[in-house]
Amino acid sequence: MENTRPKRVDIIFLMEGIDPIKVVENAIKKSPDDIILDMIDSGLKGRGGAGFPTGLKWKFTRNEDSYDKYVICNADEGEPGTFKDREILDRVPEKVFAGLAICGYTIGAREGFIYLRGEYNFLLPALNEKLDVFNAGLKKIGLDFTIQMRSGSGAYICGEESALFESMEGKRGEPRNKPPYPTVAGYLGKPTAINNVETLVYAFMIARIGPEKFKEMGTKDSRGSKVFSISGDTPKAGISELELGMSVQQFVDEFGDGDTKAVQVGGASGGCVPRKMFKETIIGYEGIPTGGSMMLFNSSRSMYNVLHDYLEFFTEESCGQCTPCRVGCQQLLKGIEAVKRGEKNPGYLDDLKKLAKTMKVAAKCGLGQSVANPFISIVSNFKEEIIY
Amino acid sequence: MSKYLVNLTINDIPVSVPEGTTILAAAKKLDFRIPTLCYHEDLCVAGNCRVCVVEQVGGRALIAACATPVSEGMQIHTNSAVVRTARKTIIELLLSEHNSDCTKCYKNGNCELQSLAHEYRVGDHVFIDLVNGKHRSIDDLSPSIIKDDSKCIRCQRCVRTCDELQGVSALAVAYKGDHQKISTFLDHPLVEVVCTNCGQCVNRCPVGALIEKTYVEEVWDVINNPNKHVVVQTAPAVRVAIGEELGYNPGERLTGKMVTALKRLGFDSVLDTDFTADLTILEEGTELLTRLKRAVVDKDPTVALPMTTSCSPGWIKFIEHTFPEYLPNVSTCKSPQQMFGALAKTYYAQKKGLKAQDITVVSIMPCTAKKYEANRPEMRSSGYKDVDYVLTTRELGMMIKQAGINFQNLEDSAYDSIMGESTGAAVIFGATGGVMEAALRTVYELVTGREVPFANLNILPVRGMEGVKEAKVKIEGCLPEWKFLDGIEVSCAVAHSLAHARKLMQAVKDGTAHYHFIEVMACPGGCLGGGGQPIPTNEDIRAKRAAAIYGEDEGLPLRKSHENPEVKMIYEEFLGAPNSHKSHSLLHTHYLVRKQY
Repeated sequence: MENTRPKRVDIIFLMEGIDPIKVVENAIKKSPDDIILDMIDSGLKGRGGAGFPTGLKWKFTRNEDSYDKYVICNADEGEPGTFKDREILDRVPEKVFAGLAICGYTIGAREGFIYLRGEYNFLLPALNEKLDVFNAGLKKIGLDFTIQMRSGSGAYICGEESALFESMEGKRGEPRNKPPYPTVAGYLGKPTAINNVETLVYAFMIARIGPEKFKEMGTKDSRGSKVFSISGDTPKAGISELELGMSVQQFVDEFGDGDTKAVQVGGASGGCVPRKMFKETIIGYEGIPTGGSMMLFNSSRSMYNVLHDYLEFFTEESCGQCTPCRVGCQQLLKGIEAVKRGEKNPGYLDDLKKLAKTMKVAAKCGLGQSVANPFISIVSNFKEEIIY
Repeated sequence: MSKYLVNLTINDIPVSVPEGTTILAAAKKLDFRIPTLCYHEDLCVAGNCRVCVVEQVGGRALIAACATPVSEGMQIHTNSAVVRTARKTIIELLLSEHNSDCTKCYKNGNCELQSLAHEYRVGDHVFIDLVNGKHRSIDDLSPSIIKDDSKCIRCQRCVRTCDELQGVSALAVAYKGDHQKISTFLDHPLVEVVCTNCGQCVNRCPVGALIEKTYVEEVWDVINNPNKHVVVQTAPAVRVAIGEELGYNPGERLTGKMVTALKRLGFDSVLDTDFTADLTILEEGTELLTRLKRAVVDKDPTVALPMTTSCSPGWIKFIEHTFPEYLPNVSTCKSPQQMFGALAKTYYAQKKGLKAQDITVVSIMPCTAKKYEANRPEMRSSGYKDVDYVLTTRELGMMIKQAGINFQNLEDSAYDSIMGESTGAAVIFGATGGVMEAALRTVYELVTGREVPFANLNILPVRGMEGVKEAKVKIEGCLPEWKFLDGIEVSCAVAHSLAHARKLMQAVKDGTAHYHFIEVMACPGGCLGGGGQPIPTNEDIRAKRAAAIYGEDEGLPLRKSHENPEVKMIYEEFLGAPNSHKSHSLLHTHYLVRKQY
């Protein structure tokens, strides 16, 4: 895709001629093992950002010997700069429901849940109404599977899968120790396949038309396409579904305002790509992975303020249970403030980078581990903006 | 234990351990100690302090040794460069959030964070001090426990203790991020919530965030006041644990040395709570028999059975909060500590020719809840506060050290008289099942005229560390006055730690369990595992203290409460008979319904 524009795709929101219940009915004519083979073959990876191969996740959950299993749609879309799941659930919820049902059939679950971000509760009435119809449709085609809505209460950490289970179980949303992984012991300690909203829609597409079309798109490591949430200094803010494999440069050429100095890829927990690295950085698992958030910053922005905002966010949204994250976030935040005020010399930033590296390896969950991403990339590339 | 063995290497040394073993335990097997803070043997794994992180070769991140089970072929390094950096950084982070005013801290010298900081020689650490400027409150309103949030390292040991071990959940995690703290219902002080003052959190707090409220200075003051006659009583479980404060291994019986030390500290009379433990058996045994008679002979439907014990003030506050409808089932007997206080300021005063107001009663207890109990407004039947000050085993250790007494070289001495006589039955009050065993020894003999039918008086079914124990004793060949009990199988249950007590009481409430008599001790192992006992605690330490207690029982010439000569004497001279009017006014109490949060 050298020197070409990012290729727009229309899969996720396409509804024309598609009857989700019919798709489920056809999909479950295949054996679960065949569905898993299709998913593996497609190369679909989790669209929440972590990128675990979806087919394997389903396979592991299917292989567990348990009467009760669950499939959960993670719609706790809390990453700053991400708003694609809201759009998907607003516009094509039936495709999400159908993805859940197909996953449920595949892994042997009779219950599915959509864990909806607390701030998206305005979607609930419509979703519940559509769910009633959809659940009835499943009954009609003889699939023993029902979907229910669950609501979060606004904690970012509950998007972390094991904290999400805790929250669903009525407990304080705190990540669990792993292992065991969700495929072995998830919601209520039972094998659970937990998938992002977007992942389920792509799974739906693969079940509908087979893996070939999906596989054709993207690169070896990053198959298919992805919905991006584009915000910041861009004339084209909003949702775009693009084929994977483009460089940041290609992306900026399409979505930038001509003065882009940095792109924050993957939200607050992602990495910041400075202009000098636009060309060499691929958006995808071979380069910089993203759950979909792309924030563009032009030269009018202070990267100190950007980083400060992110750190304030993490300091507040850390669940607080593990030391590296709870205290580390506070230290990083207070640390850059102290450097800015001249209370600590610029060399202190190196100490803070070391701290961030320790957080990356020693924090209990993905939240604490990923604070290092924005911190190190912004401090390394915009050091003068942090200091002066 | 699983039958599969897993092979791995730790610091390049191969080891095979059963499947499911944690890396922490596997390393221990190879004599590698991995430091921990949030980990505690009595509690479920949290994995949140991250001090125990180790490196797995090929792993993306470090892993918590306490929380990660071994897997085949694993290569673990417990002290590699990356581990050392991470561990030291984590200790520094904890210190940046911790009020490190160590020299003024109550836990100075017995603080796990302090030890780690020393071990890693954390110097003038680089991080910004986060303690100042935060609103971290000190809750010192409870007479038992002080909670100082500025020292808290959020390891959540206390939360897990309060929830898992005690089923109380007075302490919980509140808020998130930088505001996260350990708190109570709506941030109320501990005295205003369901806290039972059991002190199990104090026993497990690695730092000085949860400590007992100390009365050592007040006690020194009364000792040094020539106008006060200061009487000290010692609970059964103190004598088998005080050694741990003074350089002994767990499980040493040091009754004689402890009595000598107390005399050297300057107490005017060193007496034994065992005396009132024996008295409790007669009062409570009689109460039980009276209730049984009302149920069996009078067919009185209002009689509250099963009857439960009332010695453990943690249990009392727990049932007041949690099962208030069962308060009529609780024996009206005061705890031995409070019986002692009431008698010290009446009977003892009379015998010694002293005025009640000139007597100060100090208790040495394995318990923090006893501090609360002594402050209950009901506990003033002598006309004065029956027990003036309650010290824990730990505080006694502190006083002995402050007085410069070389404990290990002390000669043994005997308790003073009166109210210093003890039986083996009283000593075993200190272990779970002990009150039950002591009661059965006496009640059975009272009713049948024969010794309880267990070899050497050892009622083994009620001993041991099982959470809920049951025993049935068939009563046969009764004396004429107790004929109505002939053929009845007395059904008993014993629970220790409040989580087990809750389970037991719930079963009673649901009607799935039927008993005549229930013993509950709030703390794991009974008083020997009390919240005022030496730190650390674990099952092994508690088992050693229990063995010492039963050893003490077997070694005593008198092993049945009703044979205590001073107990016989007090009934003849002062009380009349068990459950007499005088007994009731001095030795019995009533309970309150409390709120559920």
